Amino acid sequence: MSTPWKEIVRKIDDYRWEIPTSYKAGMTVPGLIFASETMLSHIWEEQAFEQVANVAFLPGIVRNSLAMPDIHWGYGFPIGGVAATRVKDGVVSPGGVGFDINCGVRLVRTNLTEDEVRPKIESLVNQLFVNIPSGLGSEGKIRVKEKELEEVMVRGSRWAVEKGYGLPEDIVVTEESGSMKGANPDKVGSKARKRGIPQLGTLGSGNHFLEVGVVDELYDPEAAKAMGIKALGQVLLLIHTGSRGFGHQICIDYVALLGEAVKRYGISLPDRQLACAPITSPEGRDYLAAMACAANYAWANRQFILHWARESFTRVFGKSQEELGMRQIYDVCHNIAKLEEYTINGKKEKLCVHRKGATRAFPAGHPDIPEIYRSVGQPVLIPGDMGRYSYVALGTEAAMKETFGSTCHGAGRVQSRGAAKRSLRGTDVARALAEKGITVKTGSMASLAEEASEAYKDVSEVVDITHKAGISLKVARTKPIGVVKG
Amino acid sequence: MGKDFEILDHTADVGVIAYGADLKQAFANAARGLFSLITELDDVEEVLHQDIKINASDVESLLVAWLNELVYRFDTEGVLFKRFDIIQLGDTQLKARSYGEKADSSKHSLKTGVKGATYHMLKVDKTDGYRVQVLFDI
Repeated sequence: MSTPWKEIVRKIDDYRWEIPTSYKAGMTVPGLIFASETMLSHIWEEQAFEQVANVAFLPGIVRNSLAMPDIHWGYGFPIGGVAATRVKDGVVSPGGVGFDINCGVRLVRTNLTEDEVRPKIESLVNQLFVNIPSGLGSEGKIRVKEKELEEVMVRGSRWAVEKGYGLPEDIVVTEESGSMKGANPDKVGSKARKRGIPQLGTLGSGNHFLEVGVVDELYDPEAAKAMGIKALGQVLLLIHTGSRGFGHQICIDYVALLGEAVKRYGISLPDRQLACAPITSPEGRDYLAAMACAANYAWANRQFILHWARESFTRVFGKSQEELGMRQIYDVCHNIAKLEEYTINGKKEKLCVHRKGATRAFPAGHPDIPEIYRSVGQPVLIPGDMGRYSYVALGTEAAMKETFGSTCHGAGRVQSRGAAKRSLRGTDVARALAEKGITVKTGSMASLAEEASEAYKDVSEVVDITHKAGISLKVARTKPIGVVKG
Repeated sequence: MGKDFEILDHTADVGVIAYGADLKQAFANAARGLFSLITELDDVEEVLHQDIKINASDVESLLVAWLNELVYRFDTEGVLFKRFDIIQLGDTQLKARSYGEKADSSKHSLKTGVKGATYHMLKVDKTDGYRVQVLFDI
């Protein structure tokens, strides 16, 4: 195999590769890819280098255009990309957040063990499937009025908890406490509202899922203990979804709007999907205010789903919530732009950190993480594909220094959905999963084939890179036993 | 002219390349390509129509806005369209009548959820006829 990338990248160490600014005229900072040598060949083949380089064009970008090991070719920004821009003279780009604003993951622990859950896994998965609306075109069981939708936009999961969906303690262990500041419903158009109302409280389709997993490796028992993960065999629940059509429409509206702003502010870009505007401009501020509305919608969405998941466990196991011990461990978003402060060249600087398919990974002692995790670090939740593993990790000081407090977000696709569907049938995928002891329920067999393990990188390889590079440290691994796919 | 449209495979997303003797036809075929991702077009009947009017700053943006309007209508009203009559198409304005029916789970299987059309790899080319290319986030 040819490796033309070897002449382009500069190897820093086994896990860090730099794309110099000389790669493409217009780059203002180098690219930095976290990957193994083997992964790099694949990243090159699918031209993700080009996208890392293109992001380095953004006005005000600081230090590096970053790529996590789960990077894959996106539209505009690569998926698995991180870019920080200076608030004072930099830009914000809706494409750097993506369509599914605050797509994210919520992890919940139980007191149940694999031995207790296995015999009932079929009915548990069915109960979750019935109780939590999923799939294309599904509508939520709750119907909010427009005024209430505005409450959701501003207050996120706090609103859901006040309405009786979940516990106040859930909010404490949610990034941004489940309601990001700066949300302004006036900046959200009527189309987003119309899409948002019926879809609140739905899992969605595509790569969104619920996963019942069993802890099968403990790398850092002390940190695991802080998260209530006590032993191998303990059953956890993972919820992966985002802001649904509400967020998609906000992205559509603002990419179009900022595409015009680019001309007005004289910004030159190599890809129109990188449309952006100065953070301090009316267009930039408006996007951030609308994006926060979608982020809050997504947190409310995961809050509703958690509530129905708790109900489902109670029904199937005939135990109270107290007995089941279904406590939320953490909730992180992996598609977002956030204003954070970092030390750049010895000076404190306010930056807009775009994480598109990347997870925040703050270290121990950081004031923005919940007190119960202050001594260990922020839990980082990294779902894999439905046939392999998912990981819990911790944020680190190294991430603060190198990646603006960010790490990987998942496995990353290696095969297109079309190719996966052509080579695999949903029924065969379900059978292969069953042979591995994984019960899966889906409304769409085609969607199951698209999301087969074969279509993804092995998440273990991804997490190993971020662990060895030190930008997040492994705590525990789970193995799925039951999956609901949208 | 051979195909009306073809599907472009992309690692995380999916695109449509659509052809037409004129630009109107290429825009109509791009919309057919979009709905072919969502459902089997053969299962959709023409029982209703909707008139759509779009404005944008240039022809590429018009293509994205046109397809995003259709995504929006499917997402909010559950309408599957299969035929598109582009009545007027300039550089900045499009008027069309779209024919189809409401999605019905007993009749239509829904395949892929489309989040939106992007500007990435967006192309409107005049060759023998017209060729347009658009990538969707799915």
